[in-house]
Amino acid sequence: MDFSVLLSQIPDFSTLTGQFFVGMSRAMILFVVAAGLTVVMGVLRIVNFTHGTFYMLGAFISFSVAQWFGGSSGFWMALLIAPLIVAALSFVLEGALMRRIYSQPRLMQLLLTYALVLVFNDLIKIVWGVEYKSLSNPIPGSISLGGVALPTYNLILLAAGPLTALGLWFFLSRTMMGKLCRATVTDREMVDALGINSKRVFTSVFILGCYLAGVGGALIAPTTNIVIGMGMGIIINAILVVVVGGLGNVWGALLVSFIFGIGESFGVLFAPRFSLVFPFLIAATLLMIRPSGLMKSVW
Amino acid sequence: MSTLLGSFIGTKKNILLLLILAVLLALFFIPAFLSKYSVYLLTVVLFTSLLATSLNISLGYGGMLPLHQTVFFGVGAYAAALLLNKSPLLPLLSFLAAPLVSAGVALIIGAICVRLRGLYFGMMTLAIGQLVWAIVYRWYEFTGGDDGIHGIAVPDVLHSISAAYYISLIVVSACLLIIYIILNSPFGIALQAVRDNPQRCESIGINIHRHQLIAFVLSGFFSGVAGVLFVILERSVSPSLLFWSESAELLIMVLLGGMFTFMGPAFGATVIIVLEVFLGVITEYWLLVLGTVLVLIILFLPQGVIGFVQEKISAGTAVERKGADRFASG
Repeated sequence: MDFSVLLSQIPDFSTLTGQFFVGMSRAMILFVVAAGLTVVMGVLRIVNFTHGTFYMLGAFISFSVAQWFGGSSGFWMALLIAPLIVAALSFVLEGALMRRIYSQPRLMQLLLTYALVLVFNDLIKIVWGVEYKSLSNPIPGSISLGGVALPTYNLILLAAGPLTALGLWFFLSRTMMGKLCRATVTDREMVDALGINSKRVFTSVFILGCYLAGVGGALIAPTTNIVIGMGMGIIINAILVVVVGGLGNVWGALLVSFIFGIGESFGVLFAPRFSLVFPFLIAATLLMIRPSGLMKSVW
Repeated sequence: MSTLLGSFIGTKKNILLLLILAVLLALFFIPAFLSKYSVYLLTVVLFTSLLATSLNISLGYGGMLPLHQTVFFGVGAYAAALLLNKSPLLPLLSFLAAPLVSAGVALIIGAICVRLRGLYFGMMTLAIGQLVWAIVYRWYEFTGGDDGIHGIAVPDVLHSISAAYYISLIVVSACLLIIYIILNSPFGIALQAVRDNPQRCESIGINIHRHQLIAFVLSGFFSGVAGVLFVILERSVSPSLLFWSESAELLIMVLLGGMFTFMGPAFGATVIIVLEVFLGVITEYWLLVLGTVLVLIILFLPQGVIGFVQEKISAGTAVERKGADRFASG
């Protein structure tokens, strides 16, 4: 191919900037979900397909909460309340089901969490019906970033990622509970021997992870159609972010989310229809180069 | 051949041989007494059984964790569809070539994956599998994108459901026999040894990666055969065949049936499809019922579905069970 043809395909700078921020907004939602998953997978050592379902639940519950409050404040209440409801649900689920499979073989864990995906899909169908739901944008309008119009709401998404990362870093390295989490990862028996209830640590971590999934769901709610399949759509990407980033490594998840975001936003310019392909292509390539993840895995 | 059949069911189990022959005979004559829809369902059961058994070559016997097996099924189906519609090949050649395409894709994916262990193997298969799905889903010019391909030019003689049924019956029976022979050949025994103790195998000179790769390719090939049977029956394909949730449901079938028994996966596939049909009539929320049943099985059978099925249906020998324990704890 003629090189100048290729060059002429490169869009001007402002389009690139715009694409970058749009792609990055999506990547940050993926990161919020994946951050929750990486903590759960790192500490509990289960592959949790239900995580995507909690994300979807977060979106559906946000829809209901926002409708209940109504008006422009509805979404903000939803952002506050929906993840908490998801977290409460995950508390029940952990106590009733999850804690029984921590020591089971990995395939059994996959099977149980997938069975829960099926159950929740149908429960959501029963509660909310099959039609898709949508939430109105809480901050309409757009701002100009380097000559490119970016929906103002995306600023919140862009901020959510780094805030989540900082929050998790603070939790894991500066709080007692976070230190216990890391200790449990390193040596669960020793933690138990020191008189600390590691079961409670597991429960807390699971709730925290699902809370983040709920936050992700609430954040995406105003930007997309809320449909039954959305949990299944995101969970594979989230799992790949976690594995490629290094299991249990929050910074790794952030890094890979960035890479996915950049790949998607620029890939879409050259092969718009294949934007769906890029995350998987990137994940497979990175896994080939570093099979156990880019950053240190806790497994 | 008789010794072969003898080992197929175990020499002491002549009753089982009779049973298999009886089932085959019954399957041969039963369409005459069934409605068209029932014959259609039986055909689905047949190729899904083959698909589940093919997954088990790499999962149960190879000790690998292929999380995205239906990619090979989908690739086989798409290859058959595209060859029939767009190539000058004779239909028969298209049918024969499609599983080879699946095997080729399995060779590529397998070559990348076999060096990875456990979950990382699974994640790689998942990533590449979803990559294939995404390409099929969006490549409108070639694969029809999310519309899929309809009105595939399957030869007229195969258009009736009973023709599709008999083709499936013959092909699936033959494939199951071939898979059984392979798994009980020296290669199959070595493969199970690799699953149970890779270090020891390596030290006595068995190339573990090569064994696993061959198993993976075989498993992809037979999944592709199932894909061709799907095309003969449905005459249409859609990208949802390659989506990861299809693989998850296939894994449920295999685990439900028992992955350390030869007929377990086929049994699991049959149970799930029958459940789907009967529950589907009663309620549109049959997946809710299936999910709940699975959860209960996992919770109340602490040894897992596999152990339970082995105890109840018990085809597993002591060696197989030892392998099961190792794999399950590893």
